Parts: sequence; structure tokens; C-alpha cells
Amino acid sequence: MGDAMILSDLTQIKARELAARKKVVLRVCLAAGCMSSESKGVKERLEQAVAEAGLQEEVEVRGVGCMKLCCEGPLVQADPENALYIKVTAQNAPSIVAALKGGKAEVARTDPDAPFFKRQLGIVLANSGIVDPERIESYIALDGYQALHEVLHEMTPKEVVDAMVASGLRGRGGAGFPTGLKWGTVAKSPGAKKYVICNADEGDPGAFMDRSVLESDPHAVLEGMAIAAYAVGADQGFIYVRAEYPLAIARLQNAIKQAKQLGLLGSGVFESPFNFNIDIRIGAGAFVCGEETALMASVEGKRGTPRPRPPFPAESGLFGCPTLINNVETFANVPAIYRNGAEWFAGIGTEKSKGTKVFALAGKIKNTGLIEVPMGTPLRVIVEEMGGGAPDGGRIKAVQTGGPSGGCIPAQHLDTPVDYESLGKLGSIMGSGGMIVMDESTKMVDVARFFMEFCMDESCGKCIPCRAGTVQMHNLLEKILQRKATVRDLLKLEELCDMVKHTSLCGLGQTAPNPTLSTLRFFRNEYEELLQPDKFGPPGNGGPRESARTP
Amino acid sequence: MAAKTLTIDGKPISAEEGATILQASEEAGAKIPTLCHLDGVYDVGACRLCLVEVTGVPKLLPACTTTVAEGMDVKTDSERLRRYRRMILELLFAERNHVCAVCVSNGHCELQTLAYNHGMDHVRYDYLFPKWGVDNTHPLFGMDHNRCILCTRCVRVCWHIEGAGTKNVSGRGAQARIITDLNIPWGESDSCTRCGKCVQACPTGALSHKGSTVGEMERDRGKLEFIVLAREKKQWVTAD
Amino acid sequence: MKVRLATVWFGGCSGCHMSFLDLDEFLIDLAEKIELVYSPVVDTKEYPEGVDVCLIEGAICNEDNLELLQKIRQRTRVLVSFGDCAVTGNVPAIRNQLGLGNEESVLQRAYIENAQHNPSLPREDGIVPPLLPRVMPVHEVVHVEHYLPGCPPPAERIKALVSQMLSGVEPKLEGAALKFG
Repeated sequence: MGDAMILSDLTQIKARELAARKKVVLRVCLAAGCMSSESKGVKERLEQAVAEAGLQEEVEVRGVGCMKLCCEGPLVQADPENALYIKVTAQNAPSIVAALKGGKAEVARTDPDAPFFKRQLGIVLANSGIVDPERIESYIALDGYQALHEVLHEMTPKEVVDAMVASGLRGRGGAGFPTGLKWGTVAKSPGAKKYVICNADEGDPGAFMDRSVLESDPHAVLEGMAIAAYAVGADQGFIYVRAEYPLAIARLQNAIKQAKQLGLLGSGVFESPFNFNIDIRIGAGAFVCGEETALMASVEGKRGTPRPRPPFPAESGLFGCPTLINNVETFANVPAIYRNGAEWFAGIGTEKSKGTKVFALAGKIKNTGLIEVPMGTPLRVIVEEMGGGAPDGGRIKAVQTGGPSGGCIPAQHLDTPVDYESLGKLGSIMGSGGMIVMDESTKMVDVARFFMEFCMDESCGKCIPCRAGTVQMHNLLEKILQRKATVRDLLKLEELCDMVKHTSLCGLGQTAPNPTLSTLRFFRNEYEELLQPDKFGPPGNGGPRESARTP
Repeated sequence: MAAKTLTIDGKPISAEEGATILQASEEAGAKIPTLCHLDGVYDVGACRLCLVEVTGVPKLLPACTTTVAEGMDVKTDSERLRRYRRMILELLFAERNHVCAVCVSNGHCELQTLAYNHGMDHVRYDYLFPKWGVDNTHPLFGMDHNRCILCTRCVRVCWHIEGAGTKNVSGRGAQARIITDLNIPWGESDSCTRCGKCVQACPTGALSHKGSTVGEMERDRGKLEFIVLAREKKQWVTAD
Repeated sequence: MKVRLATVWFGGCSGCHMSFLDLDEFLIDLAEKIELVYSPVVDTKEYPEGVDVCLIEGAICNEDNLELLQKIRQRTRVLVSFGDCAVTGNVPAIRNQLGLGNEESVLQRAYIENAQHNPSLPREDGIVPPLLPRVMPVHEVVHVEHYLPGCPPPAERIKALVSQMLSGVEPKLEGAALKFG
């Protein structure tokens, strides 16, 4: 542990880092997506090629986080000429290095000025693909930890909370609860011991926003947590991250170690009375542990099941102490808000939804990957301009947001702006940021069945409506798909959706019927087409028995 | 201790601060159905039968874990609540193998009684007929998973009153089940003290005294309450 | 005009019918108001058309049960699931726990392993009906108007429901009169 860090140390690190910057930077994506396509080998081969060409003094090969257009990975970006190479293999490396001295690399490129990139606005992902996630100096060079310093020395905790309120940031985990209000409640809750928890138990199918943030810019999350801890009066933080994210865990561990070494975590941060430590807790793969009370139970070493709220975590959370829980993306917004000011943040987005939102764009769409757009961006811009529409000239039928808790927005509503209220009105939710595009070949009853199966498998089993209700709803959807169901079964399904939504203990059960309800709302005909005549049903169901009945 | 005044089913009543709606409802003479609640152990709000409507709160609230507040207006019965409660009971009956006709608790079963009190004349959902086993390895007691509704009362009395920590829950969703220790046969458990509190706590025929046959398994809940009352309030009286 | 009443016995122990006979002298009152057009206790071979009420005992266990039930539904105005086997599947449905396709193992157990004399499987096309893969309560197959649970339903309970029906009011059992088992 070094001596306590002061501001001049921070500026010195930044100056050293900037002075050491080489003329050319070759950035290689080392986030999980590109890593799975051997981008590590690409980086090694590039380093070798640079050495062979004797360019070590001029060229830096830097491993970075996500460069967003995941479908074209591995991605390599050459600065300053702004060339973005796609589907790069190790064999391509010499060609890319050769091109630095003029000429053209024999590697496919994509246009970094295409709408997919140009329409993005980076706050959460501002450093993603630029910063080296394994070196804290690289983060400091981009003004990292300056916001923490400023907060600790220039602001009272109350001012920090007030600024968060003024920013208008809302929780990015799905429900959109005002972050400032949450911070304020925890700050005001009496208690000598308080906790800050970062929820990194991202589990929606097809969603990888939080993973990318952790892999690409872990220090932004740590800094955000530290600022939050100062605001609410906590001295201990936990990051609850799922075991399925080994790379994110490794980068977090490394980042925490580096931050501790520099005295940015630990006792007396920046020579202030503020103490803050962060530990990692690894989840064992239960989706329900993303629910905050289940998450806390899991951190406490208990079975990960939710409990009724109130009491809310802000009042009685981890080990019975006031606890602040925000998700990864929420914390990642924090440093920028204090660096640039609450007004700056509040100037982005819509009246009720401020800032940006990160989405994992997936499904039947040309450009899949990670996008960050200002709140209020119409879905059509995301899907058609940025995403490039359906591949092979197909037609987009619907966009699913909010994963197993969300709904399907039909193509006729593509002009809906992406914000909490607009998506809610259409029976979906913002969710944590999964966005799955569906084309005409997608069967909506099948979509509903898929998500119901997911919820059924992930139900913790504690409350009856969710445990037994999801099984029955799943079986009814299966029966409809097998063309064995009648109109009576459809009514049963709708009645169960209503009941499970309103009686389940936690968010998992309360939202489990959403994909079914939303597909029923916009694509009811697809359900009805699969129904069979109710031959032996009650009068009025149109079976052949009608005529045989005695009056 | 401060008292709170509130209305339950239109009847104004007072309740101690910190009391739950369920506790307060007794004074109002309102019978809120419960299944996972057991006098003497902490509540978990799992069965959702005790959900009530509170004016001004959009969500339904579990009476067993929601504490009273000044001016609260509670409705414990409505057409909607009755419908939901019946559906919850139907889901339970469909979930495992509750064959009342051959059950040790026939006639003394809380699930059975709740079902007929809620007008459940049949179960509209397809019975799932899962294959669950019976653990008859214990010398005194038997555990029939077919009749278990996962209310976790046995787990809570085992941890909270007896302090043995023998009973636990394993698995999730429909596969969740009550286990002994780290999932060993009950008869092999060293932690089980054979106190039988779990058997007294069970609302259905899942836990029984060995040797009981159809309809013979009656329970004495008063015993559990007696212990808790004696320990916590130093009162040596039985509930009745 | 007398009410055309039928009773039928599917997969069950006939206990519900025994309980029906326990109605004692009420049976005499009943005889004045109904015509028993089909029942295990009368010798009608074919389920007639235009039946007003049918009490159905037993779960739907084999193909004959299924075929007759569907015929009953088409020819009857009001169906009553009569007893727990009809209402829940009850004991006959316990074999469902063995999963689908348990027919052979069930027969094996009953007619071979536990046979004291002449172990052999009852198999005669057109005479011995094949078991269904899954035993079902009546309402899983056809719409049922009323439910009369109990194993068996006590005579008083049967009397209450039948009296309500005969007096023309919408039958409704409540509270302990709906107790299973």
C-alpha cells in the first residue's frame, strides 16, 4: 500500500501516461465477444509484427474493451488514421502493420462514421474500446478518479446526493427508480454501518451490457461506487457478479487491486476521512439473485431467495444495515456526472428519462452489438439506421425489450422513443438493456413460450404463484403451440397471467407474464390461429355439440 | 409502545406499533387465510394467501409481513382476492400429488380446509403428477414429498425454535424440495433431535408420525406456541 | 315430465354409487321425479339420447371410458363429476406419477407380479379396452357443469345437490360439503 494519494499524484500519472503515448495506437478488442474469436492471438501477432517492422517506438498495441460492433469481431482500430478493421485474424496482423507505413491493409474494414457508430453517444461506454481495462493509469489518463477527488474535497455528502437528484439519473437495472432519491434515502437512514452493492448479476437472455462495461472500463464502476459510498455514508462495497463472467471478474479483481495500491480504495482516500473497500461476491448462476433482496441474501451466504419489501434495502438491507444497491450501468454513469456536472447530464435525453441507455442489440438484425444512445432515440433509428434492418431483406416484426420481464413492441410502434414511460405504455419495460429484434419468421407464441420457460426454470420456488403458476402457464403455451388447446385454455392462460402478475412475491414472478401479455396484446391472432374447436366444451364455444343439445 | 389506529374491513381498530396486519385483523374479527404463517416463528410471506388490499397502495400486500400504519384502510376480502386465493390453492393441488382420500391428514389438513372454504370444487389446471419420493428412514417420522407445499414451516421451527437446523430447502422452482442436512436420508441425520416440532408444524400430510394411517394425523400446534410464549415472554400458559 | 337421469361408472371403486344407494328412502322420493335411463344398476346397453343429468363416477382411464364420456357429453344437458375420482383423478390417477407410457408396467404389476393364479395380461381386441397413457379427471376431457367431490361423497351431500337440481335452482355446494377425500 502506497502513501495516501493526492491530486498532484493523479495529475502526474496522467501527465506521464500522456507523455508516453506513441504516435500510432492499434487497439484490439479484448472483451469476451472478440476474445471468443481469438482476438488475443491477434493482439500477440500484432505486437510481433510491430517488433519485426521495428516500429516499437511509434506504435502501441493496446488491448481494449468492447468496440461495439460485435458481429464483425475481432475488431482492430488503427489510430490516428481511424481505420476500423473487422473479422481480423492473426494472419492479418502483418498486413495491418504494413499499412501503417502507407498502402492498404488486405483486411476488411468498416466505416467508423456509419450510423451504427455516429448515432451513439458515449457516457457509460465513453472509454470502452479506448481505455486499457487492465491498467489503472490508462483510466487516469482519461481523467479517471478526478470526480472522486472533487467529490471528497469539494462537496458534502448532501451536495453529492443533491447533484445526483439534479442529474435526473434513473436506475439502469430495469425499473428506473430515481437514483438520487435512492441515495438520499440511504443517506438519511440511521445506522453506523452502511453498504453499497453493485448488482452485476446480469441475466436476461441476450443481454451483455453490464458484462461489457465491467470488461471494458471496470474503474468507472469502482469510482462510481466510491462516490456513492461517500454520498450515503458507506464504508464497504460489494460487487455481486455472476460466475458466468470470468473475464469481468478477473478485470474487476485486477482493478480493485490497482485502486487499492494507489490508495484510491481503502482507508483515507485522497487524504480525506473517507474509507471504502470493495469486495467481489460471485453468484452461482441463479437469475433470481438479480432481485435485490435475493442478492443480499446470497451475499450474506444464505439461499438466494427474495423476501417481501418493505423493509426496503435502503432501510434494512445487507446484514440488516441500510444498503444502496445500483446496477453496473448506473454506477458507470456516476463519474461522468460529477466530472461534467449534473446540468450537463440532465441536458441529455428526455424530460423524464435523462442521459443515455446502453442496449445489447441482437436477433434478426444486420449489425448486432453494443450501442449507447441518448434516451428518447426512436426505436426505428436504433433498428433501421443503426442496426441496418433485418438481414437478407426480411421485414422487422417486433422488438423485444426487457428480456423475460419485458414485452414485444410491434413494428407499427417503431417510432416510439426509447424512454421509461413510452416503453411502459406499450406493455414493455426499458429493462436492463437487452434488445432482441424479430423478423417475420418469428412466431410470437413461441417467443412467449421461450421466456415463460426461462422464468419457470429460474423461479426460486418460494412463492406459489411464481413457482406453480409459471409451470402451468408454460404448459398452456406449449399446448397452444402443439395445436391442442381450445379457447378455454387461452382464457385460463390470461387469468393466470393476471394472477401471477399481481400476487407474486418479487419482480421475477410479477413480470414473468409480461412477454405473454404483450404478445397477446399485439399478436393475439397468432394465438387464435393455433386454437382448436372446443368439441366438448361449454355451450357457446362453437363445438359440434351445439346442435345436439336439448334446449 | 405507540398504538396505531386503522380500519380493517370497515371496522376501526387499534393495534400495537409494529404489529402485522394479520395480528391486527384478529381484533377486527377478520379471518385472513394463511398457509405459510405459523404462530411462533417468523413470517416469510411466501404462500400469498394472506394478500390484502390497502387503499392507496397499488400492490396487494401480504398481511403476515406488512406492519400496520396509522390510518391504513385494509380490505381482507373482495371478489378479486377470493379469486386469486382459489387460484393459488388450485395451483398447489395441481403441483404435487395431493390425494386427500388416502392421506394421513385427511380431515385435519389446512390445505384441504382452505380449499373447501374457498369454494374449490375442482382444480381447473392440469395435474402435473410429478414423481416425488417418500423418506421413511427416520425411526419416528415420515416425509412424503408428494404432499409438501414448501411452506417451509418445518424448516423455520427446526432452526428458530428447536435450533437444530436439520431441515433445509434445496433446488429451485418446481424442483425445490425440503431436505435433511446436506441432502441425506432423514434417518441418517446427526443433527435431528427427534423433537417432532416439524411434524407439529406441517399443515398437510407431508410430515407425519410413523404408523398413522388415513386421517389419523392430528397435530397440536399449541405446543409450539407454548414453547415460544414461555421462552420469549416467560408466560407458562397454553393458547387454549 | 320426469327428469331423465343417468349415472355412469368409469375408473373408480363404485363407492360413489354405494353412497348413492345410501340415500335410502330418499330414493323412493327420487323415483317419482326421475327416470333412470342409464346406470350400472339398470340394464341399458346403449347410452340414450336426450339425457338431462348424468352423474359420472370415476376417472377416465381407458379408451372405452373416453369414447363413452364423449358420447355422454353430446347426449346430455348437465354433467356432474361425481366423487373424487371423477373430480381429481384420485387413486386411479396415481399411476400417472410413473410418467407417460406406464400402461404396460401397471398391467404387469397387477396381473403378473401380484397374480396368485394364472398370471397373464388381459388382452382381447374389441373386448378389453386399452389403458390411456394418462388417467384424467372428467373435466379435463369434456366440460362439466357441476362437481360433487368426496371419497365417496356422503349420501347427504348427494341428496343436497340432486335436490337442488330437481327443484330447479342452480346447484351450489359450499364449505365442508366440498371437502375432498
